[in-house]
Amino acid sequence: MQDYQSSLSDAESRKFETFSYLPAFDAAQTRTQIQYIIDKGWNPSIEHTEPENSFGSYWYMWKLPMFGETDVDAILKELESCHAAHPNNHVRLLGLDNYVQCAGTSMVIFTGKTV
Amino acid sequence: MAKTYSAGVQEYRDTYWMPDYTPLESDILACFKVTPQDGVPREELAAAVAAESSTGTWTTVWTDLLTDLDHYKGRAYAIEDVPGDDTCFYAFIAYPLDLFEEGSVVSVMTSLVGNVFGFKALRALRLEDIRFPLAYVMTCNGPPQGIHVERDILNKYGRPMLGCTIKPKLGLSAKNYGRACYEGLRGGLDFTKDDENVTSQPFMRWRPRFDFVMEAINKAEDETGERKGHYLNVTSATADEMMKRAEYAKEIGAPIIMHDYITGGWTANTQLAQWCQDNGMLLHIHRAMHAVIDRNPHHGIHFRVLAKILRLSGGDHLHSGTVVGKLEGDREATLGWIDIMRDSYIKEDRSRGIFFDQDWGSMPGVIPVASGGIHVWHMPALVNIFGDDSVLQFGGGTLGHPWGNAAGAAANRVACEACVEARNMGRELEKEGKDILQSAAKHSPELAIAMETWKEIKFEFDTVDKIDVSHK
Repeated sequence: MQDYQSSLSDAESRKFETFSYLPAFDAAQTRTQIQYIIDKGWNPSIEHTEPENSFGSYWYMWKLPMFGETDVDAILKELESCHAAHPNNHVRLLGLDNYVQCAGTSMVIFTGKTV
Repeated sequence: MAKTYSAGVQEYRDTYWMPDYTPLESDILACFKVTPQDGVPREELAAAVAAESSTGTWTTVWTDLLTDLDHYKGRAYAIEDVPGDDTCFYAFIAYPLDLFEEGSVVSVMTSLVGNVFGFKALRALRLEDIRFPLAYVMTCNGPPQGIHVERDILNKYGRPMLGCTIKPKLGLSAKNYGRACYEGLRGGLDFTKDDENVTSQPFMRWRPRFDFVMEAINKAEDETGERKGHYLNVTSATADEMMKRAEYAKEIGAPIIMHDYITGGWTANTQLAQWCQDNGMLLHIHRAMHAVIDRNPHHGIHFRVLAKILRLSGGDHLHSGTVVGKLEGDREATLGWIDIMRDSYIKEDRSRGIFFDQDWGSMPGVIPVASGGIHVWHMPALVNIFGDDSVLQFGGGTLGHPWGNAAGAAANRVACEACVEARNMGRELEKEGKDILQSAAKHSPELAIAMETWKEIKFEFDTVDKIDVSHK
């Protein structure tokens, strides 16, 4: 039998919704998920936040959503720019579905210093 | 020219059988499966069902002539054979909108499945489907929040949500019950759930249950950084008591409550759903007693009708069956009513048991809940069948994990996310499920032991199943 490792005092216990229970994605896996957002016709959108404020609905938008962007490299480049500008913050990528006006998916690409 | 009064018994078909009638866009349409007593003609029976579910009674009465019954009457407008079953036939009936009170599924169903189901000339009767015209849909309040508002409230995007019904379903104290919830939520579930049998028994009154469960939710949220909920069952003996419990759930900050819409009744459900909408609360709907009504293929009400009633009366989640492990026909029929719950427009499709086009306009959808007898090995099929807009609920499949609820929850969460990742890559979940789960288990000892504990099931759904439209 194993103990389940999770506690308030251990920042490693903090999760980030979809895909946060899997090992961190490598570059190829990240590209595949970005391609999925493009194939669904969703608008990529990048957001970031200080780790201590991550529970709220509104993270900071990195520029505007990338309406109509279909180039995986262009999206990756913006994710990296956001991460470089805010290295201590969490950075997430959303696929915005404008028909149902809801994110079709959301995943944290870079994690800052979790609290 | 005015009609004259002539007392006595008329054949129903003289008034209510109208094969040349073209239904109006505003009519409520119904398809009944009629099993007649021997020797009664189909047209007469179809007309009798139309009459007895609308304006007719067994004899002519003088007060019929004070109104224009030709405006108000139900009209039997078509008859069809039931494929593969000679004992019965389909009767299609159109009801003018004026027959029903606005925004009241109680009014509609009291007519459509009222006295007519005890009618002597029928051996059995089943309401297969109803087309609610958009004009009627617009008078109903519908789901309190809807699928996308729920996602925004809970910050869950791009995957099915995961739940767990707390067991044993009866007999736990409030503090022990809250412990079971906390362990499941901290392990990665989005929701835990009151079993439908849990209301406010002597061993666990509702108030301490609500308090301990809320403490469990709050701690699990702090610990994981994710939003969590527990379906607090407010189904009660009286509507006043139900509302009292709902108000308290709101007071302590619970995001979601629960109601049993058939045993609790549609009047109570519609009231509660309206309150939930006004108070920013999500509403989970259980369906105890449905099988009494929907299981017999010749008598009762099909579940697709009960699902439409719930969408009109209001609920954000509804138990829909799991599909996996059942017969082929069930899969197609279940897919049909899942669409009825979620989509805004559903086309007639007899291969899925859908008899009418159904336009929901802008009424929000209901999230289907797959619950009962499922475990991690079912995850690939469930993700494929239900898609992201669903709640997958593993009761025994969480609590029965050899290391406890938290590990059981984590196993399910890892399996779910691995399947979503694989699906997004374009992999075929039901064919490659075993490989997907085994790869994920390399990084998750919780999943690995869960896969050892529960038996592998076969992934055999690579062809589209044949349809059982004959309900044999």
